[in-house]
Amino acid sequence: MKRGLSLFVLICMILGFIFLYAPIIVLIIFSFNKSKLVTVWQEFSFDAYVNLVNNKQILDAVWVSLKVASLSATLAAILGTICGYVLTRFTKFRGRFLFLGLVSAPLVMPEVITGLAMLLMFIQLDGLLQNIFGIEPVGRGLVTLIIAHTTFATAYVAVVVQSRLAGFDRSLEEAAADLGARPFKVFFLITLPIIAPGIIAGWLLAFTLSLDDVVISDFTSGPGASTLPLVIFSKVRLGISPEINALATILILIVSVGIISANIIGRQREKKN
Amino acid sequence: MATAKQKNLVSFLQKIKPNGSSVTIFIPYFWLTLFFLLPFILIFFISLTQPVDFQQPPHTPIITSTENGLQLNLYFGNYQALTEDQIYILSIVNSVKIATISTLCCLLIGFPMAYGIARSPDRWRNTLLMMVILPFWTSFLIRVYAWIGILGKENGLLNGFLMWLGVIDQPLDILYSDLAVYIGIVYSYLPFMILPLYATLEKLDNTLLEAAADLGSKPTNTFFAITVPLTMPGIIAGCLLVFIPAVGEFVIPELLGDSSSPLIGQQVRSVFSYDWPMASTLAMMILLVLVVPIFIFQYLQNKQTVTK
Repeated sequence: MKRGLSLFVLICMILGFIFLYAPIIVLIIFSFNKSKLVTVWQEFSFDAYVNLVNNKQILDAVWVSLKVASLSATLAAILGTICGYVLTRFTKFRGRFLFLGLVSAPLVMPEVITGLAMLLMFIQLDGLLQNIFGIEPVGRGLVTLIIAHTTFATAYVAVVVQSRLAGFDRSLEEAAADLGARPFKVFFLITLPIIAPGIIAGWLLAFTLSLDDVVISDFTSGPGASTLPLVIFSKVRLGISPEINALATILILIVSVGIISANIIGRQREKKN
Repeated sequence: MATAKQKNLVSFLQKIKPNGSSVTIFIPYFWLTLFFLLPFILIFFISLTQPVDFQQPPHTPIITSTENGLQLNLYFGNYQALTEDQIYILSIVNSVKIATISTLCCLLIGFPMAYGIARSPDRWRNTLLMMVILPFWTSFLIRVYAWIGILGKENGLLNGFLMWLGVIDQPLDILYSDLAVYIGIVYSYLPFMILPLYATLEKLDNTLLEAAADLGSKPTNTFFAITVPLTMPGIIAGCLLVFIPAVGEFVIPELLGDSSSPLIGQQVRSVFSYDWPMASTLAMMILLVLVVPIFIFQYLQNKQTVTK
């Protein structure tokens, strides 16, 4: 592609990036505001941060969110890796078309429908388990949250792993197989280490998606399992509060540091190669 | 001597004998079927039941056992209610309208940005791309929340700024209106438009553009005759990635929109609290609207994986 930009494109880009970043910057600036009215600047202070640290409801929600996100991201990384592997390597098996649909549908399905469908399924399963096996009902809570998050995040991991597998040198696997390695050994010794960066990227994506999800969590969580987005959502519906600004600033800071450092590390590796 | 029947049996047993690959396929297949496919089949059947108060689950059973065996109970009243009560149809139409216009706005803003990033000097490109991805990784909820403070009528930053400039003398009613929903959707989904557009624009063969220019084609003509058709896959993918989730959007209209005219995503959520069958029916209606876009998207995804 030819380099060089026309004035029109340049102006569009500048305006576009202002549009993307202005709200975030405003949010950060006003997290240091002393006033109770979030958008009227009074004076610089850390009040919002002090209040945030003392807010037990938010801290509990952070803990719930971290538990759900790490467990569901790990499960999704395992399931998603298998999905990606199956889709790139097993090009012909019965039901492949349905499988492809099942893997990619969660990517585009509106969350309201997925959330509703999953919740009704959980209730139905609970009833079945109770009536047939006499198992105490699981109810809505951490377990249902983790299952729901794992299910939609699996699709994202599968896409990332699939793209990693697509640009993959098969000759290494073939060589190992020719030398007598069994398929499982080939997978764990050759394939897995090569696609590991994809799996890690997929895990991180699943983790952030889980931390961020509002709608599916709203349907599938129950009392005692309020994730951070659910607490923020219920607070935000009542209006803006400086504490949420402070919380947002901290979250944005963590993500930015993560993304920027990942990018720098990636570029340095590229240079070495 | 083995009879033909026995042979058939042996080959059948060999077929179903678990081996490494069938177990590998089975695990995710089972999970996705149980927690994704079956739930959708379930809401379809629940949409064909009647609500019952004070009962768990609060709807008539789908299957009842009678003297003559199992009986399937189907009730079409919920779908009939859609035609009688205009409010649901109106909110579907409104949702599709808002999603369509937002998608077009995303395309109009996203295309020049993706084009600009693709044509930027190498040392800038990575950084610019990262700047598009960064908001995508930060919390969606918080980015929507940020607009409440900006668009508000009392003390809203945008109104304050415009009044300070002297453009307006009365604060504008943007927050809690459709306009705020448009802004929220375009803002939240813009990265989903830019990334697929960038992916196709980056691969665009520059010699074609040069050839067109050498043959005397004007830049705008070249753009519409070459650049746009060649980036069509990216345009379609980007538009679908914005349009499909936007139709069922819940958080953005809930926080920024007018509560007197709820969109279909909000309807599903609020109706669910008192009438499961109707909520399921509304979910089926959203699926009906989205079935064609979702199939196009699936088809494109499939084609992509095959060509790879």
